[in-house]
This record gives sequence, C-alpha cells and structure tokens, in this order.
Amino acid sequence: MAEANRLTIADARDRLRARDISAVELTETCLNAIGDAGALGAFVHQTPEIALEQAKAADARLAGGDAPAMCGIPLGVKDLFCTRGVPSQAASRILEGFRPDYESTVTRNLWDAGAVMLGKLNMDEFAMGSSNETSCYGPAVNPWRRAGDETGLTPGGSSGGSAAAVAADLCLGATGTDTGGSIRQPAAFTGITGIKPTYGRCSRWGIVAFASSLDQAGALTKSVRDAAIMLEAMCGHDPKDSTSADLPVPCFEAALDGDIRGRKIGIPRQYRMDGMPEEIERLWATGAEMMRDAGAKVVDISLPHTGYALPAYYVIAPAEASANLARYDGVRYGHRAALAEGEGIGDLYEKTRAEGFGPEVRRRVMIGAYVLSAGFYDAYYNRARKVRALIARDFEAAFADGVEAILTPTTPSAAFGLGEMQNADPVRMYLNDVFTVTVNLAGLPAVSVPAGLDGAGLPLGLQLIGRPWNEGALLNAAHVLEKATGFVSKPARWW
Amino acid sequence: MPINQDTVRRVAHLARIRVDEDALPALAGDFNAILGFIDELKEVDIEGVEPMVSVTPMRLKRRADQVTDGDRREQVLANAPDAREGFFVVPKVVE
Repeated sequence: MAEANRLTIADARDRLRARDISAVELTETCLNAIGDAGALGAFVHQTPEIALEQAKAADARLAGGDAPAMCGIPLGVKDLFCTRGVPSQAASRILEGFRPDYESTVTRNLWDAGAVMLGKLNMDEFAMGSSNETSCYGPAVNPWRRAGDETGLTPGGSSGGSAAAVAADLCLGATGTDTGGSIRQPAAFTGITGIKPTYGRCSRWGIVAFASSLDQAGALTKSVRDAAIMLEAMCGHDPKDSTSADLPVPCFEAALDGDIRGRKIGIPRQYRMDGMPEEIERLWATGAEMMRDAGAKVVDISLPHTGYALPAYYVIAPAEASANLARYDGVRYGHRAALAEGEGIGDLYEKTRAEGFGPEVRRRVMIGAYVLSAGFYDAYYNRARKVRALIARDFEAAFADGVEAILTPTTPSAAFGLGEMQNADPVRMYLNDVFTVTVNLAGLPAVSVPAGLDGAGLPLGLQLIGRPWNEGALLNAAHVLEKATGFVSKPARWW
Repeated sequence: MPINQDTVRRVAHLARIRVDEDALPALAGDFNAILGFIDELKEVDIEGVEPMVSVTPMRLKRRADQVTDGDRREQVLANAPDAREGFFVVPKVVE
C-alpha cells in the first residue's frame, strides 16, 4: 500500500488488525521513506534488520488475534534511549561506538507491545539544546519551510530528530524526552502532537541521564489519540527506577470522550509576556475561545513565580547534569583521549571530556560545577530549589481551585532558521523554553497540540498542562482542542 | 559579580574539562551572561521555604538488600576503550 507511512497509529492499528495491511509492508514503506529523507538528518542510526524481524513477529501476533494497540507500529527512538546492541550515544562524541548490552525500560515496554524499531533519531547532545544544533551528527532539519523561502529551519530540540521524523511521515510515532520542553517545543515547531507525562509515569531506566529530577520520556505523534495510545504503552512502574510511580496506568485512549463541559481551564496571566508576537497572542485567545465553545469554564489564573522558572531551571538542570555526566571519564565506555608521554589519569579525564563533549555540554557541566561549589551552593543551588518549591505551589493552588488544565502557548515563536542563534548569547536560546520549563520543575504532565499556522506558513502550538497523574483528562482536553482547531496541514515535500 | 578567567580555570578543573588559555575569556563572558540571568532568583522571597527534593511527594521504595544480578564481567567490559585480562586499563594511578 502506497503512503502507508502517512497513517496515524490509530488508523494503522485498525488496518493491521483487519489484515488490510501487514506490519512488514508498513515497515518497508517507512524504511523507504527514511531512505529518501537523508536531507532531514532525522535518523542517525538505521536498524532495518531489527525492524523487519520485529515486523514479522508482529504479523504473527496479529494473525493470532492477540495484538496490543502498538503491535506492528513502526517507531523511531531518540538516541538518548539505550537500545540493546544498537548505537546509543545521546548525539555525543563521548559515547561514540557505545552499544549497550541492555534495553531501556520504555523501549522494552514498546517492543513487548509489538512495536517496531526503525532506528535512532537525532537530538541535541545529551538533550541540551532547543534547536538540535548541538548534535555531534549535525542538525536535524525541519520538514517545514517558510512560504517561498528555502532557508533551513530548526525542528526544535532537543527531540528534533523525533519531531522531524514524525512530521515528515518517516515513522508513525517517536519517543522523546523532555527536561525543559524538549518534546513540546519540537512538536510545536513541526505541527505535531507531543506529550510529556507526569514525572514518574515513565521509567528513566536505560535513558541517558541529563537532569534526573526533571527528565521524563514521552511521545511525539500525529494526533492526540496516537499520543494516548503510544504513551500508555510506554508507561508503567519499574523497580529499576526508584522514582517510577507504583500506580496503575489507566487506558488513556478511553478518556478521549470529547466532553469537557463544566471543566475549568486556567489562563495564566503571567504567560502574557512583553514582546510576544501578536500571532501567538491571537492563537492563544482563539484556543481559549474554542475551549469555552466546547463548554469549558475558562478562568483567569495567577502563577506568580512563572518569571523565575527559567533562572531556577538553569541552576538545577546544570547542577544535576554536572553530577550525571561525571561518569564519562574515558575508562568504562565511549571515547578516550590519546595521552602524551608522561600524562596521567587526571590528563585522561580532562582531555577525554574536552574532546568528547561539545561546547554547550561543556558550558553546562561547568556552570553546574560552579553552582554546586563551596561558597555558592546556598546562594545558587539551594535558592533555586526553594524557588522551585514556590513554582510547584503556584500550580497546586490553581489545581486546588478546581482548575483541570491550563492553556498556554507552547513556544514564544515559530521555528527559527538553523544557525540564526549562532552568535547570540546562550541565554537567548534558553528563552525558547519559557512556557514549557515550569512544567518540568513542578513534575506535571503537559501536551503540545498544533493549533495553526503563522503568517509565513509555519506551525504554531498550544500547550495544555494537567494535574499530576491525570494524563487522561489532559489528553481529553487536548483532543477537544485538536478537533476545534481542525489542524491538518502537512509540510510540502522538498526533501 | 563578574566571573574572571581564574574562576573559569578553577571551575574547568573542578569539572575535569581541559580548557585552553585562549578560550577562557569567551567562556567567562558566557558564564557572566548566564549567571546574570540566574541572579534574578535573588529577587524572590524564599523566607521559610524548604528546598524541593522530590517533585512527587512519594517515599522512595525500599527493597531487600540482596544480590540479584552480577557475574557479567564480559558484558561490563564490552564497551571499554581498553580492557585486558578482565580489567579496565587506565594510566598508572599510584607511583
């Protein structure tokens, strides 16, 4: 079947179960699409043998009538996930050649559900970035372009390869991870859906750690229904991750009844920032109007510490990263620097890390070492953790008032050009996460839904933030928004 | 509180990342931009607030203190840049 790669997960599931298409055919269509899309730089390690083997096994399961929803669905996997026997290098030179002998819990859950791995996807190095430009493989490229303009645009980051691959129909869905917005911002930049669940829903075991108290896996998909289906297969308690929640995972798809009558949707006034493009302001207002039309009670809310989320994040995330990345020492795995005569173990560490880490990772590891160092620990790190507690309290107060979901823009702009931020100071790039980062600090679930196009024809997203452990209701609200916006645009193919 | 090149040199050493002398000024500039941004936190009244240690108010799970895994020397060494006779190899550490 031609163009089966363009199917949603939900449609593919139904056709696979009806034996209207085989998992092998579907997988081959995706492999061909990947082969034709080298210009997007999305897939950085392809695994066609594994894919076809898994697809055959999925077909056998489908024939036996015992097939979970994800059975036979071809996926891409962010390079941050350890996948057994397959390069898993977090887009870093320091993990060059690393082939883990184990499988991350999230990908294991997906393969157990019958999903098919097409390969590994591009990303910012160690998930540190908002444009996929810090990758050791070179940037992934957004399949979208501005009308009448061939400038290469970023697909966002850090899950840029995941977003580009899903938007370009190279796979039906992709895994991502989100530490400050790394699923939602790329989803918004590429006109797709991206969900980050509550901290603890997905096991972090086998995912290369960036900032452990913020990192959470999630899904990038072509629809909200797909996000519900794929996320459910990824979630679940895992004794190997002590922060993984021992809670039952409900059927998220069953929550999509489209009924949000009487539900309270909050509009946080602090998200209305100076200099916000009018198009985004308008999109946000339209989204609120749509929720109101669907019967929701749209209320103005206050999240007073919002403005301090980014500075708190840029203390906490680098601090945790500097601890997590201490393990890359050139001894046990990955890159090792060559030593000159007379150089010792200290030189081995320092040279290996200087060669193996890119500039943004080096910068963040050093900032982390600084804010944790004697004399600055209280002034920076402890202060940031206290501000984090206040940010979480803001959300708790809103939820205590009966707010079920909070509607905001996902990003302060549409996708920008590759290289455009090259000479800007690092803080300008960090501002990309201004609407998404609060959610990670508070451990909440949030989803980005494509909601419209800007004047140049680029997609823009709206974000819904939910109560902890309430992904079902969150996805239902997102489903209502998706239906109301009727977003169906696809990038015109140039690759 | 501007960061000078000495501080950058010291932090680079703490982080075990070699930084060439001629790269220090640019890094100091970056650090000052980032720390200037972080300094906004000083405006927040944090009196009486406990630092957050866990985003979800859950007790960490406990388990029996038992050996449940191991005996995987070959797998553990499989990705080592240099391994010989069942050990990781590093430059001489003790004189």
